[in-house]
Amino acid sequence: MFKNFMSWIEYRMPFMEKMNLHVMQYPAPKNFNFWYFFGSLAMLVLVNQILTGIWLTMNFVPTAEGAFASVEYIMRDVDYGWLLRYMHSTGASAFFVVVYLHMLRGMMYGSYQKPRELLWIFGMLIFLVLMAEAFMGYLLPWGQMSFWGAQVIISIFGVIPVIGDDLTLWIRGDYVISGATLNRFFALHVIALPLVLVVLVFLHIIALHEVGSNNPDGIDVKRENTGEKIEDNVSDKFTFHQYFTKGGKKIIVDAIPFHPYYTVKDIVGVVGFLFIFCWVIFFAPEGGGFFLEPPNFEPANPMKTPDHIAPVWYFTPFYAILRAVPDQLFGAIFMFLAIIFLALLPWLDRCPVRSVRYRSNLHKANLTMFCISFVVLGVLGVLPATPTYTLLAQIFSFTYFAYFGLLWFYSKNEKTKPLPVRLS
Amino acid sequence: MIKKLFTVLALVASSAAMAAGGHTVHLDKAPIDLTDKESLQRGARMFQNYCLGCHQMQYQRYSRTFRDLGIPDDVGMATLGFTANKVGDHIKNAAPKADLANWFGAAPPDLTNVARVRGPDWIYTYLRTFYADPSRPFGVNNEVFPLVGMPHVLQELQGIPYKATETRLVDGVPTEVDVGIKTDGSGELSTEEYDRAVADLVNYLEYVGEPSKLESRSLGIKVLIFLGIFFIFAFLLKKEYWRDVH
Amino acid sequence: MSNAPVDHGRRRFLTIATSVVGGVGAIGAAVPFIASWNPSEKAKQAGAAVTADISKLEDGQLIRVEWRGKPVWIVKRTPAMLESLTKSVDKLRDPASEEPQQPDYAKNDHRSKKPEIFVAVGICTHLGCSPTYLMKDFDAQVEGIPSGFFCPCHGSTYDMAGRVFSGVPAPKNLMIPPYMFVDDTTILIGEDEGTA
Repeated sequence: MFKNFMSWIEYRMPFMEKMNLHVMQYPAPKNFNFWYFFGSLAMLVLVNQILTGIWLTMNFVPTAEGAFASVEYIMRDVDYGWLLRYMHSTGASAFFVVVYLHMLRGMMYGSYQKPRELLWIFGMLIFLVLMAEAFMGYLLPWGQMSFWGAQVIISIFGVIPVIGDDLTLWIRGDYVISGATLNRFFALHVIALPLVLVVLVFLHIIALHEVGSNNPDGIDVKRENTGEKIEDNVSDKFTFHQYFTKGGKKIIVDAIPFHPYYTVKDIVGVVGFLFIFCWVIFFAPEGGGFFLEPPNFEPANPMKTPDHIAPVWYFTPFYAILRAVPDQLFGAIFMFLAIIFLALLPWLDRCPVRSVRYRSNLHKANLTMFCISFVVLGVLGVLPATPTYTLLAQIFSFTYFAYFGLLWFYSKNEKTKPLPVRLS
Repeated sequence: MIKKLFTVLALVASSAAMAAGGHTVHLDKAPIDLTDKESLQRGARMFQNYCLGCHQMQYQRYSRTFRDLGIPDDVGMATLGFTANKVGDHIKNAAPKADLANWFGAAPPDLTNVARVRGPDWIYTYLRTFYADPSRPFGVNNEVFPLVGMPHVLQELQGIPYKATETRLVDGVPTEVDVGIKTDGSGELSTEEYDRAVADLVNYLEYVGEPSKLESRSLGIKVLIFLGIFFIFAFLLKKEYWRDVH
Repeated sequence: MSNAPVDHGRRRFLTIATSVVGGVGAIGAAVPFIASWNPSEKAKQAGAAVTADISKLEDGQLIRVEWRGKPVWIVKRTPAMLESLTKSVDKLRDPASEEPQQPDYAKNDHRSKKPEIFVAVGICTHLGCSPTYLMKDFDAQVEGIPSGFFCPCHGSTYDMAGRVFSGVPAPKNLMIPPYMFVDDTTILIGEDEGTA
């Protein structure tokens, strides 16, 4: 009965065929470590954001007069409204935690290198859209930080020569941030950008499954079939989709089917993640004032700037770069370059070896310095811009960009370690 | 435009610097205990008697306060619901906002979320550090809120507070030393009683800032225990399957 | 790679156990989403009990009060109206009020706490129109019964206790809301001794 139904479907739409291709018979390298949790975790958080977001719109009022009160209404009058709201606000921060770690994984193991350039570009687009999504979402509660944070970020567009003034006016739809701005940000935040995000995630995965997953060793699991017998190959036990072994020309070495091996492993990662995520939601939803900032519990007041305003923590590394450059226009340019350079990594890194495990000590040091720069800039972006902090921000902005320059320089003739033949 | 951005950023920077360097006043730790219903009830009474004249809690309903603090609706309406027609009304006053703004220089802020904006320690310290200052319109100033526009409404409880100094020997030289704020003893309460009363009020403000907090904590424990159990099963399942691989 | 044989029993047990625990978790996660659709505190407060002053109610007069967005009728029935209730009995669909359309204290001949004061939700049980109160000319609808309620939408008829006549589209008697007398001249609609 069930089998008949499935074949009825299969004849009209290749459901099982696609499931096999992407899940049951997808060859995933056997040596994924915990860094490989963050892809599926990002997916989980995306689902969380979409679901809780839909539920929040059921009671949210997207007007300058009603937005703040409607958030309080959700927090106080709607059954479990506080929980849905905290799931969404904590989810926003969790999204960036997970995505930053996912990106670092890609940088460590050279996952952006050929043939995964397009995969990386899709990932960077997701990151950009995510930042826009987070920024617009933060305006919606219409608190003091919503208002003044948006004020500062929209003003950044004003530094663009010639069109800057008109552009900021056009973005706001008013001479100040007003109900018009709130309405359009609401529409983009709940409909347009999520749609774009979902499409990009789909493309990201299609691109991934076309070229196959990289792994901590950075060597391929799909190889030319030379007819030679490969000892102890765990892949021999399993059936993989013929798509990956077309015409017997390719063989799979040291890979296992995604399902069940990585589904059961990802469940462990998901539960571990949820433990921390729920702890924050239930016991520290303000995230020490970083996830929900104290001034945002006051309604937006265009007449009064809060004592201390800084962007939400996930923007602060880029914000610190903006502030570090004395000239406003160049500050904005460098901020955008900080992201553009990341997107260009596949072409800046000219080393044939992918994984940091087999690359030179210089590269290891460079990557470590990059991570330190990113974190330090993140901290500086929260702190006030005193002369000392500005100097520090300038130094670490320099080391941030130096990563890319140095990488391009040394990667051509890098002294790498010999690659293993098999996955560890 | 560039100028405008620069102004905004300068504003941010300067206000940030103030935030970092300006608040050098030490904040006393408010003894918060959201499970102490009696303290919360005393705090609610304090709020109704001393604060509601000017400040509202426009997002909190009387019924919610009554339910969470364990006060029966009819008792609550009789003893606390001065401004309510129905028990479901929000805790508001009928004070004319424009007049209030004129009298005090700024409209008194809504206090529903004040504990989340300022933090309980700030309020606890603020209400205990008024001191007599004849140069101010209401004759009082405040340690953590310099040039405060609000009169010291709790003066009848605390008495008239003043900045006390003592003459002490510093490096052999007699010097006037700040020894904190004292009261002239004309208030209804002793210093300990006054601190306790303010603590009750702050406790209540903390509760109103996030009325779901206790529910959140008790639900949170259950969720974490569940996830712990889930983790054990998920981990064993993973180990079992991965015997194929290792 | 171990070549030990797979323990299928253990594997199946763990798969099922993890699925069950995960399923419980999914149901638990659905709770806030489902519960948030309940009437909010605002809706509940808007739907709270309302009081009506009946001190000025004249004989035979009907007043309407709004409760939960619905019209609630309060009628002061005359002795003649109360008498007519016995005459209509054999023409009614549910004369003894067997259907649970009223609180227990209104399950009697006059469907009310006090015989002369009648309280009902003025919504026809057919398709939700609000019937018209015909104080005098009701015998044009039902012969021999001087007053009653007539629904203009599809012609359903009710007697002075809100009981539906047979042969009309409406299936049930009019709904009686919970209510209580706060004192002789004040009625609280939406709450009674049991729910207060």
